[in-house]
Amino acid sequence: MAANPSDTLVPAKEIEALVQNRKYEAGFVTDIESERVPPGLSEDVIRLISAKKREPDWLLEFRLKAYRRWLTMAEPKWAHVHYPKIDFQAISYYAAPKSMANAPKSLAEVDPKLIETYNKLGIPLREQEILAGVVPDKPQVAVDVVFDSVSVGTTFKKKLAEAGVIFCSISEAVREHPELVKRYLGTVVPVGDNYYAALNSAVFTDGSFVFVPKGVRCPMELSTYFRINERNTGQFERTLIVCEDDAQVSYLEGCTAPQRDENQLHAAVVELVALDRAEIKYSTVQNWYPGDEEGRGGIYNFVTKRGDCRGRASKISWTQVETGSAITWKYPSCILRGDDSVGEFYSVALTHHRQQADTGTKMIHLGRNTRSTIVSKGISAGHAQQAYRGLVRINERAEGARNHTRCDSLLIGSNCGAHTFPYTEVRNPSAVLEHEATTSKIGDDQLFYCRSRGIGEEEAVSMIVNGFCKDVFKELPMEFAVEAQKLLQVSLEGAVG
Amino acid sequence: MSQLLQIENLHAEVAGKEILKGLNLAVNAGEVHAIMGPNGAGKSTLSKVLAGAEDYVVTSGAIRYRGNDIAALPAEQRAAQGIFMGFQYPVEIPGVSNMIFLKAAVNAQRKERGEPELAANDFLAWVRHRVKQMKMDPAMLSRGVNQGFSGGEKKRNEILQMLVLEPKLMVLDETDSGLDIDALRIVSDGINAMRSPERATILVTHYQRLLDYVQPDFVHVLAAGRIVRSGGPELARELEEKGYGWLQAA
Repeated sequence: MAANPSDTLVPAKEIEALVQNRKYEAGFVTDIESERVPPGLSEDVIRLISAKKREPDWLLEFRLKAYRRWLTMAEPKWAHVHYPKIDFQAISYYAAPKSMANAPKSLAEVDPKLIETYNKLGIPLREQEILAGVVPDKPQVAVDVVFDSVSVGTTFKKKLAEAGVIFCSISEAVREHPELVKRYLGTVVPVGDNYYAALNSAVFTDGSFVFVPKGVRCPMELSTYFRINERNTGQFERTLIVCEDDAQVSYLEGCTAPQRDENQLHAAVVELVALDRAEIKYSTVQNWYPGDEEGRGGIYNFVTKRGDCRGRASKISWTQVETGSAITWKYPSCILRGDDSVGEFYSVALTHHRQQADTGTKMIHLGRNTRSTIVSKGISAGHAQQAYRGLVRINERAEGARNHTRCDSLLIGSNCGAHTFPYTEVRNPSAVLEHEATTSKIGDDQLFYCRSRGIGEEEAVSMIVNGFCKDVFKELPMEFAVEAQKLLQVSLEGAVG
Repeated sequence: MSQLLQIENLHAEVAGKEILKGLNLAVNAGEVHAIMGPNGAGKSTLSKVLAGAEDYVVTSGAIRYRGNDIAALPAEQRAAQGIFMGFQYPVEIPGVSNMIFLKAAVNAQRKERGEPELAANDFLAWVRHRVKQMKMDPAMLSRGVNQGFSGGEKKRNEILQMLVLEPKLMVLDETDSGLDIDALRIVSDGINAMRSPERATILVTHYQRLLDYVQPDFVHVLAAGRIVRSGGPELARELEEKGYGWLQAA
């Protein structure tokens, strides 16, 4: 199903004016000395990165294996996005703030400029402030921060450790908990899974690691903020979250980047493993720089996210609010391996100006009585193109599997597009699948109705869009739902003439 | 009595087609005017022109509200100045609760007028009072604006919004259509509750029925884009008996 607004969905000219300037509030650059590996990719560069991070041999082997696979692979071309060929030799694969060369022992040793950057972004890096009750109503959230290629600090470590939860950068995990990383890394997304996953496996620099042991319910929200600061730098973070039997965790990632004219590549891999009855809730608020009105600059967000419901009655839930990136290519997926396991995908994607997004999910039903829910809300404005691409596969053994998919698109203006590509593969006749899809536009009648009550056009658009996204926002942790609403509002700012 | 609205020789078109062709109407504060007329006469066009719908273009003539020409004023500013239109077909806004919508409307209007926002508790109490007055289930406040409402519920919701916003000039476009007799009584009570020496109401309707509950001071017949006849409440009864044919023939 594809909807082209140029035929039946042409709204009147005043909505045309919706598509105007948009402010990118996170678009500043931090002037900080950094250590960067010269652009280019080779086995030597990989060895250099591995050496800089003082990695064990097995990880270097993992990287080299991925790199050799990558060399034999071709960039995927099937997505509904268009961009010039990426020169992988022009990218620098490692950048670290210089002050991090001698890794700080605590947040107190972190470069104040870095702290300032994160303060500007509103990230509660200073745990003491929160503990001191500066923001008394705010629930405690443990934060890991990744600046360009390295993690600069994780908060609340002590409190988490008391609960038995490990939350640290993946580099630290490799040093401190090598057996855990080795056991799970690459088991959900194999090194040769796809072009960008292979690249990531070869050059990943940092990211977060979460391990919640048997029976433990993580006592607070965990959160990682990613920031690309350096020019011509790729960010290849790697996140690994493991919940043992009966463990639970809720994790949120946020992303921003400075405003730059060149495109920057972000190719992350996220792996989730849920054992028996474990639950992982993974939320993303992604606000990478989207490029300007003409489509100059912006992040290429080519990300592989996959969760493995490895145990019985386990549950993995992806919630994402995406307003950033020039091009998005990502399909957070669930492999429902354990019987009675549950996969969920809730998504709001907003594209504006020349942004392109091809996003969706995959629900792979392998176990009996596995259930999945997909709710996708796409909003397009300006000249943006957005595609929902979703696969629901029910394998032979997945007796009694169920899926419900709901996929709605909202168009603002007459030059944008929304496309839906649902794929279903059913190999077990007992499966029950439901698919609903709608495409609508913010109507003149809705805007006039709001305006006739005194609500200005811009506020009306923001209200209508928030209403449209309500089913997804209610899945976000409370404080992030507020953040997400604000983000949509900012992203639609100036969208009204 | 002060004059609230004066329409002089108004010509208006939609999609290039002239609908209003020299309409004159004067409404004083404290008055209720009924505008009746056959289908296609321009009744809904008049409502939308007054509310400020942009696809309705005023080509000549003047609309003066409290002495100022408002032809160029955007809809939201007209609302803030006290003009309210009750929609013939109220619009659904999925996912936006009636509460959020009402709050946004009240505060936007107050902001435009330079007044402070209402405190959350005061606002809630005020809205609940009005919901009770309209004999509506308070649970409707957390439902989406008109989302899944029946025709009658939508019309009742229009009057609820009016009661919450307390406008000065109320233009109600066929508010009575699609109402059963109980709902008609509740809606009429709501309209009557707003009658005051400072306010005026324009009822656009096809039927005498509404006027049994809301007594108009004046009745006008709109035909082919102009007011062709004006009179007192007796004119409405005459129309009910004879229809519109005899006027158009005249």
